[in-house]
Amino acid sequence: MPESRERTLIAPAEMNRRTGRFLYWFVLCSTVLGFTLAFVFPLYWMAGGALKSSSELADQNPTLIPHSWHPESYSEAWANVGLSDYFLNTLLLAAGAWLTQLLVDVAAAYALSKLRPALGNIVLGMMLATLMLPVSALLVPTYLTVTDVPLFGVNLINTPWAIWLPACANAFNIFILKRFFDQIPTELLDSARMDGAGPLRVLVSVVLPLSRPVLAVVSIFAVVGVWKDFLWPLLVLPDPARQPITVALNRLAEFMPANQLLAGMVMASIPLLVIFLIFQRHIIAGLTAGSLKG
Amino acid sequence: MNNPSRRRRRLSEHLVAYSFLGAGVLCFALFSWYPIVRGWLLGFQEVTFSQPATWVGWDNYRRLFADPLFVTAWKNTGYFTLLALVFGFAAPFLTAVVLNEFRHARSYLRMTVYLPVMLPPIVTMLLWRWFYDPGPGLFNNVLETFHLPAQQWLESENISMISLVLVSTWANMGTTTLIYLAALGSIPGEVYEAAELDGASIRQRLWHVTIPQMRFILMITLLLQIIGTMQVFIEPYVLTGGGPDDATVTVLLLLYRYAFVYNDFGMASAMSTVLFIVLGLFAAVYLRLTRGKG
Repeated sequence: MPESRERTLIAPAEMNRRTGRFLYWFVLCSTVLGFTLAFVFPLYWMAGGALKSSSELADQNPTLIPHSWHPESYSEAWANVGLSDYFLNTLLLAAGAWLTQLLVDVAAAYALSKLRPALGNIVLGMMLATLMLPVSALLVPTYLTVTDVPLFGVNLINTPWAIWLPACANAFNIFILKRFFDQIPTELLDSARMDGAGPLRVLVSVVLPLSRPVLAVVSIFAVVGVWKDFLWPLLVLPDPARQPITVALNRLAEFMPANQLLAGMVMASIPLLVIFLIFQRHIIAGLTAGSLKG
Repeated sequence: MNNPSRRRRRLSEHLVAYSFLGAGVLCFALFSWYPIVRGWLLGFQEVTFSQPATWVGWDNYRRLFADPLFVTAWKNTGYFTLLALVFGFAAPFLTAVVLNEFRHARSYLRMTVYLPVMLPPIVTMLLWRWFYDPGPGLFNNVLETFHLPAQQWLESENISMISLVLVSTWANMGTTTLIYLAALGSIPGEVYEAAELDGASIRQRLWHVTIPQMRFILMITLLLQIIGTMQVFIEPYVLTGGGPDDATVTVLLLLYRYAFVYNDFGMASAMSTVLFIVLGLFAAVYLRLTRGKG
């Protein structure tokens, strides 16, 4: 958003009056303070709480700054409780979901946008129709399908495929990928085809290099989506050794010492916060693309 | 015109296109389209893991409507949705209107309000469970500092639902706020200038310019929010478990219990169908609105 702003609700003249300026700074400062207190302070409380000793945490009067520092609760949570394993599980689930979604959804969107097969529009319509369905109403039949996949007759429970494959049926990905591919001029593809490139070659060497922004959006949403998910992995990964950190934290919450639990919560959040800090723009762009479509 | 070689070439083009589309279609077919049909059929079946499903007609529905918890769950969900609209609808709108006036600290404020959205929901829930803790919990300590009575945040029938809505609002308002900010940014400044020339005060401009200009996006987010909050699950699952005395049993929590605690997939599917129909009504309104807009 540009810093030289257009005219908004309050007129520049009203802003520049003495009371206007005072009010502006007053509201601005209280908002900054309020937001910091409401949205940043809880994160500090979590990360800082993990540094306190168990007795200090359990004290009836919480301390703003830890009296005694115990950074070892982070390493204890990481090593002793086995959070490193759960963390790696999450990493595996997220990486696989990212890869499968890119492979499946990019190929599908490319076919629908540029190769235009027979009945392509009907297929696209049926895919987009699923966007209107409440996910939770499909929870039970999808779960039962995963336990015994039709045609293939395999049980995906306790395998990462139970996360990866359903994630590929993602109409939002197909929608924004196809819309982006539609904007790539056909002449560009035709000239590549003249040079003897097949459809796969055209996709890899012409379409994909032009599509970096939209690939970034799809990638971020794929990784963040799997990382945040709780209910689905809780259902399809009942084996504790295979669970992601989100499910494991909830299961271990009753048994872990409070400071180690907090350390675990921080560790489960850090990758997402880092992704957010790096890709803020893409995330916000994708957010508004998804809601204000058209 | 229609010589055989040309037809054959077109057929092979379609085959190539479908080889790109195939994996996507298969994922949708297995994990989206088939479960839609199956979910509806399952509502009329008795399903156990050991035996093949048997057709029981409307039995599941009869049992469902006879379960007093079914009514409780819908009442609670309605109450949650209503509260979530009171907090979750007003808060992001007012926040966005205020943020839109600021010339300073814009990116900081936009970033902080979105921070909770990036946390894994399970971390948010565990963090707030700790805040709500009647002993060392932060909230009661703050209340005590101001000499206000301590609250039984999650243990009291009267306010446990409000506690859940507070978490939910905190965790989700970033998304809507950023959507509103994008929409506010696209209101042309001339409209405000014209209103100002007509002598409209700031409050009148908000009422007669900002809100009408935002009407469409407000309707859309209202519907999406209703559809989203009616599927509330993780808040009651982690924070209250449906208690105290079933005061926070929601539709999805009850559905989860039918399916994954009692293994009564038929009854859970009947409930899914009911949920599907109710949310479908809102989705239909949403579709009408967005289609009318182009």
